[in-house]
Amino acid sequence: MGLITSLLAITLRAGTSLVYATIGETYAERAGILNLGLEGIMLMGAVSSFATAYYTGSLALAIIVALGVGGLMALIHAFLSVTMKANQVVSGLSITLFGTGFASFLGQRLGPASNGYYLVGLTGPRFTPFDIGGLANVPILGAVLGQDIFTWGTYLLIPLAWFYLYRTRNGLSLRAIGENPRTADAMGVNVNRAKYGYTIFGGMLTALGGAHLALAYTPGWSENITGGRGWIVIALVIFSMWNPARAITGALIFGGINAVQFRLQASGTNIPAAFLNMLPYLTTIVVLVAITWWETLSKRVGSPASLGTAYVREDK
Amino acid sequence: MTLVFEKRKTVSKTAIVVVPFISFAVSLVLTGVLLVTFGANPFETFAAMFKGAFGSGRAFTETLVKAIPLMLTGLGVALAFKLRFWNIGAEGQLTLAGVAATWVAVYWSPWLPAPILLPMLVLVGCAAGALWAGIPALLKTSLKVDETLVTLMLNYVAILISQFLYYGPWRDPKGFGFPGTEMFPKAAWFPRIAGRAHIGLYFALVAAAVLWFVLQRTRWGFELKVIGNSPKAARYQGISVERNILLAVLLSGALCGLAGVGEVAGISRRLQQGLSLGYGYTAIIVAWMAQLNPLAIPFVAIIMGGLLVGGDQVQMVMGLPSSMGLLMQGMMLFPMLAGSLFTEYRIKRMTGTQTREAARGGV
Repeated sequence: MGLITSLLAITLRAGTSLVYATIGETYAERAGILNLGLEGIMLMGAVSSFATAYYTGSLALAIIVALGVGGLMALIHAFLSVTMKANQVVSGLSITLFGTGFASFLGQRLGPASNGYYLVGLTGPRFTPFDIGGLANVPILGAVLGQDIFTWGTYLLIPLAWFYLYRTRNGLSLRAIGENPRTADAMGVNVNRAKYGYTIFGGMLTALGGAHLALAYTPGWSENITGGRGWIVIALVIFSMWNPARAITGALIFGGINAVQFRLQASGTNIPAAFLNMLPYLTTIVVLVAITWWETLSKRVGSPASLGTAYVREDK
Repeated sequence: MTLVFEKRKTVSKTAIVVVPFISFAVSLVLTGVLLVTFGANPFETFAAMFKGAFGSGRAFTETLVKAIPLMLTGLGVALAFKLRFWNIGAEGQLTLAGVAATWVAVYWSPWLPAPILLPMLVLVGCAAGALWAGIPALLKTSLKVDETLVTLMLNYVAILISQFLYYGPWRDPKGFGFPGTEMFPKAAWFPRIAGRAHIGLYFALVAAAVLWFVLQRTRWGFELKVIGNSPKAARYQGISVERNILLAVLLSGALCGLAGVGEVAGISRRLQQGLSLGYGYTAIIVAWMAQLNPLAIPFVAIIMGGLLVGGDQVQMVMGLPSSMGLLMQGMMLFPMLAGSLFTEYRIKRMTGTQTREAARGGV
């Protein structure tokens, strides 16, 4: 039982950043905007929040900065794909390329002179798991409750995101925009404003995922801190069939893989580290193939019909 | 008065030439602003970058060293992008080809006659690149699995495979624990032209010309163009979409693979850490800046290679991060994409009455 509880604790911690970004991207894609810039936005969220926390000592400010940076990055994507009607795949890729380059630049420039202006290798303030006293020893429950504020945030975010999408009027409009923007427009929804809004919201949540890595999970800044998580999230959105409630499953699977990796490496296994490190990427491919195959067999289409296309309004 | 966007039937000829130059200029200005905020003189920095990349014969050959893999991966990526197959796996295709070429150079050389070692190395390397691109292509054409994710995930897998090999079973026993394979025998080296610039340059230039010819002047090129515009229209014309995508992506992977062969056989002459410095990702910028035109790719690749070498130089001379070059490349795509509005759409200004008339007339 102790093993399961500790594995669950690591799983939830490792899955946290994935949950934020998955829900963020789900909302953007529901509005018809495919954002492949997640990896870049996550990196920018991580570097900006870590630098803020390091210099100001304020974790709250660090979160606000990450939210702002993530929102701005997503704003670029929204501007290019909504207003300038650019190709969303390439626009998203360029956000990732820019974010990777900029985050690396900041990481080599923002640090203190004593560290050669590098942010790598510094320790700053961090979020720690809540001390839940005696409850920590309760199996399963201890793992669920003894987490930091980010993980606690996901317990709230998942049901809220589900409720908003499926049980509110705004959620109905959002689903309409993704399925058929013309109809949504006729319903009186301001389609392009909504696309901007949900894309920016998605960027903010994604950056929060990055902040979790730099302020709680790793913690600290290193160049490849995300390790492709931003891309795995794109697959998780497909896996969860664009339903926020199902985001938890994907995050548990990938968090679980991290936990098993951790465990095996700690126990000194004979399996080379490289093969263990391949697991999340190979799993992503397998999951993607399985879900696509299942969709074809059951003739279900999970993706919003207008995903990835620019909405050109016809004059009324 | 309102602005009306009308999709052009063919792209604007003027915009297609002007937009990349404007994009480059905008990227310079944005970076300049950033440099000022970090207390550096942008003019001095750019001058140092330019001098570092093109200021001397040695500098220029180093720029070419980086431009060669960018040309080859850029061509590979552009070919796939033409078909709207989003191959962002150039990095992995390059890496796996480097691994395969190493295998030939180190483990086949004892029994393979020296004269055919180099051709074999190129062949096996390209085949490995094609194989690595073939996996997502096959998944896409047979099961409709999203290729963006599969190509990207395979990058990580390829890099981990190469790490496993040069840290593990392939590590040079006489290397004092240094992670890397033993040095290739001389027969497996790419001849060098000047400095470290090797014959991969000729391969790249020939590939650019051949690809341009194939795309512009052959039946197959025409079919690929139709598929890129509309797979549906292609099917109506009896063109086999799946088979063509598969073939083109295999070729795309082979081109990216050739870049990896050049890196191990022309530069490092062994498999070791840092086989690719993100060339596979910069290739996306190269391809897009060149508007997917094979003949423009070598020029764009030289400019991008120059940014990378120049970035290293400003680090040494001015103490600015070497990632400057990466940052500038990243910024270049934004104006480029914004410009696509002008290449692909015709923008008309209309007064209120005109708008209404146009709506009635269905223009």
